[in-house]
Amino acid sequence: MNIQWIHVVYALLALGGLGAVFGLVLDIADKKFAVEVDERVTRVRAACAGANCGACGYPGCDGFAAAVVKGDAPVNGCTAGGAKTAAAIAEIMGVSAGSSEPRVARLLCQGAVGIAKERYHYDGYKSCQMASQMVGGPKMCPYSCIGLGDCMDVCKFDAIRIENGIAVFDENKCVACGMCEKTCPRHAIAVVPKDATVLVRCQNSDIGRPAVEACTHACIACKRCEKTCQYDAIHVSNGFASIDTSKCTRCGECAKVCPRGCITVIGGQVEVA
Amino acid sequence: MRITDVGSFFLFMVNCILCNNFIFSRFLGCCPFLGVSSKVQTATGMGLAVTFVMGIASLVTYFVNLILVALGLEYLQTIAFILVIAALVQFVEMFMKKSMPSLYSALGIYLPLITTNCAVLAVTIMNVENSYNLFESVCNGVFGALGFMLAIVLMAGVRERLETSDIPKSFKGFPSSLITAGLLSIAFMGFQGLVK
Repeated sequence: MNIQWIHVVYALLALGGLGAVFGLVLDIADKKFAVEVDERVTRVRAACAGANCGACGYPGCDGFAAAVVKGDAPVNGCTAGGAKTAAAIAEIMGVSAGSSEPRVARLLCQGAVGIAKERYHYDGYKSCQMASQMVGGPKMCPYSCIGLGDCMDVCKFDAIRIENGIAVFDENKCVACGMCEKTCPRHAIAVVPKDATVLVRCQNSDIGRPAVEACTHACIACKRCEKTCQYDAIHVSNGFASIDTSKCTRCGECAKVCPRGCITVIGGQVEVA
Repeated sequence: MRITDVGSFFLFMVNCILCNNFIFSRFLGCCPFLGVSSKVQTATGMGLAVTFVMGIASLVTYFVNLILVALGLEYLQTIAFILVIAALVQFVEMFMKKSMPSLYSALGIYLPLITTNCAVLAVTIMNVENSYNLFESVCNGVFGALGFMLAIVLMAGVRERLETSDIPKSFKGFPSSLITAGLLSIAFMGFQGLVK
């Protein structure tokens, strides 16, 4: 094959030359039509976690940065970035960061395979949203984690995996953006302070027998925890117990008396009474 | 169709704007036509931006084509023209960001998308294929773009009224817009044969 190299050179020169000329013109135009952008916006944008997760309530990190500089958004609004980002943004804006206590998403359900009773065997499309609408969901308990991973799909930080039919959270990876909390059709996920280690892991509103029949770890609203707590921190309402984290001293007494084992102490083993 | 005197100039204009309307007869540039036609104001802005890009692109590509022909590189036509159009759109974007920020944010993604607007590339290639001279090329570009602007503003006017009218729920939004576009296209068929 006989390549006429001169044509190759012509082609390169012609297109390269055109590109160079346009580049030059655009460069001049860029200088001439430069728009004054508040340089703080660029710096705040750089300080953000940059996942565009939308946890701050603005459309992406760019929107958040613009709102922070405008004064509409709090400097610690980037939940994904946590305290470090808040401090960095506060420094740029010249204000104090305030406290942004570390938070983490936790599953308020222990209904793994063998614990929660199955209503039927679901073999359809892998979506909690869909399964939850099929005759009350595949588990007997209508408040349980379905375990098909809608939260896992929506998590941008790879912090959720499905084990034994329920969601398991990696608290080191979780940034408390709250996407899983919004996605869960059962509202079984809560973003709570990271140091709230004593948690009621059940939201079953049924009282007594229906709850017992649904799951071995279901809250039956017996109120033993409420009577045991010395700090007035745990109360039963709507058929299940819940803890006021601001009053709770993490003593774990409630977990010891719970006959159903639905109160857990993270980082400590508590025997079911 | 050539421009030889004043009469033929007007015929050329009518031909570009009405008879061979880019959207309704050639079906080119439909993306911004449907995307930015929800408000008359933004539609006008888009029309002006496209007019500017098409006019200047016709002018610049005429000379670029001369260079390509002189070097025997006609096969590089498409890529060279796209380069011209992309650079022009960049320029328009910078200009708009500076002088018309509200229009800039209203056009959003559709402004950079003029780069890939097939109507712009089509007009430059048509200029070459019909071997138009410089004046005819620029006229073809500007009038073609005015036809585009006419179409998009007409559409926006209709859509603004559709917005408030009582139409079946399943037709609300895009379905009714597509039907409107089809009806407008049929109406523009009436101009066929106006210029021979």
